[in-house]
Amino acid sequence: MIPGSFDYVTATSLPEAVTLLEQYGDDAKILAGGHSLIPLLRFRLASPSILIDINRITELEYIQETDGVLHIGALTREAELDSSTLIRNRYPILLDTSTGIADPTVRNWATVGGNLAHGDPANDHPATMLALGASVVAVGPDGQRVIPVEEFFTDATFETTLHSNEILTEIRVPAPTEHSGGAYVKLERKVGDYAIAGVAVYITLDDGGLVATAGIGLTNVGPYPIKARPAEQFLLGKPLDDAAIHQAADLAAAASQPTSDIRGPAEYKRAMVRTLCVRTLRKALTRIH
Amino acid sequence: MSKHHIRVTINGTVYEDDVDSRTLLVHWIRDGLQLTGTHIGCDTSACGACTVVVDGKATKSCTMFAVQADGRQIMTVEGLEEDGNLHPIQEGFYEKHGLQCGYCTPGMMMAGVALLSRNPDPTEQEIRVGISGNLCRCTGYVNIVKAIRYAAEKMQSAEQVTVSVGEGGE
Repeated sequence: MIPGSFDYVTATSLPEAVTLLEQYGDDAKILAGGHSLIPLLRFRLASPSILIDINRITELEYIQETDGVLHIGALTREAELDSSTLIRNRYPILLDTSTGIADPTVRNWATVGGNLAHGDPANDHPATMLALGASVVAVGPDGQRVIPVEEFFTDATFETTLHSNEILTEIRVPAPTEHSGGAYVKLERKVGDYAIAGVAVYITLDDGGLVATAGIGLTNVGPYPIKARPAEQFLLGKPLDDAAIHQAADLAAAASQPTSDIRGPAEYKRAMVRTLCVRTLRKALTRIH
Repeated sequence: MSKHHIRVTINGTVYEDDVDSRTLLVHWIRDGLQLTGTHIGCDTSACGACTVVVDGKATKSCTMFAVQADGRQIMTVEGLEEDGNLHPIQEGFYEKHGLQCGYCTPGMMMAGVALLSRNPDPTEQEIRVGISGNLCRCTGYVNIVKAIRYAAEKMQSAEQVTVSVGEGGE
């Protein structure tokens, strides 16, 4: 399993990476952590003519909260999320997510930006970022644009609205407000496997304890990362009691589009979305103060 | 196809070579440098047999290109032993019977060394998480966990000895 031939170039700055992308366009692929891309190359499922290695652009590795927004540099390794005090204290949903991705050795290289830009519904950050209402920053020859995550994924697997001459540089997550909290729960056969199903929720309650905002994202139960809008809509204005939690979970299960494969029959996965949604909503509730 | 000149420090020795962009790090280490202690298992970043330490981080060398290692510091299993003395982690695997067939052992030891470098006193659970990217089909992991724990204790007591010797000398 040796990859086909390709050329390789290192970008040492963001402008250099953008120039290279403009030069090579569709023939190029960005090499970040490489833990999705290199297996694809080895199986010859992808055959770009050139790789642009961005691993030396260390200015794209950061986690910082400023002005009510968490900024995560696209090249930030999952291991950095695992060990960040800021993430542990303020964004436990992101810690739930990162610690469930692959294994700790893979997470030393795997990046948050890559997990999103790969457009894989089996990846974990897409569901979490959908639940959080996050945005991504894309930089191209014409400057930068901010794309809400719900407009970043399309209805096609492995596809995003990133242009071929753009590079994802940052993920922006709204900082937690009062009475807000979230969780991500992933059901997996073993460490390192993709999810059988995964559910991310993020909830804000108003002063009266009623749901003011709700975000629910689903992992690996459809051709693209799914935002369970009917379940989100249903929760608005309701108390997060057992009845509401179960009804929202039913709606989330109905919004899933699983197919039967080695990880189980579609009906089982749909049932797991329901169960995981109940668990994440309850877990989110314990994190709301 | 493109060739690239790389310069990589492995176990303290600088190696220079011209590599194809598609040459994987593990193939360069094994076939190019004849450092065959690093094994190849699954080839898909699942099993951890190819684990080496790159710039202090446990790394699956089957999922990195050799050209990416240019300028970096790498430690392989061959770099553990010093002047004929086993590294505490090697001693741990020997003392605690941490291996049977031995295929996963180099990767397990490198994952263990990387874990101990950032967490010198890990709990059993932390060790289990730390090596969760490494598969062993023989041992059931129990003795591997004991081996890494042995190394942690040995390395900590060695540090204390060094410290007290240092103090005594002043």
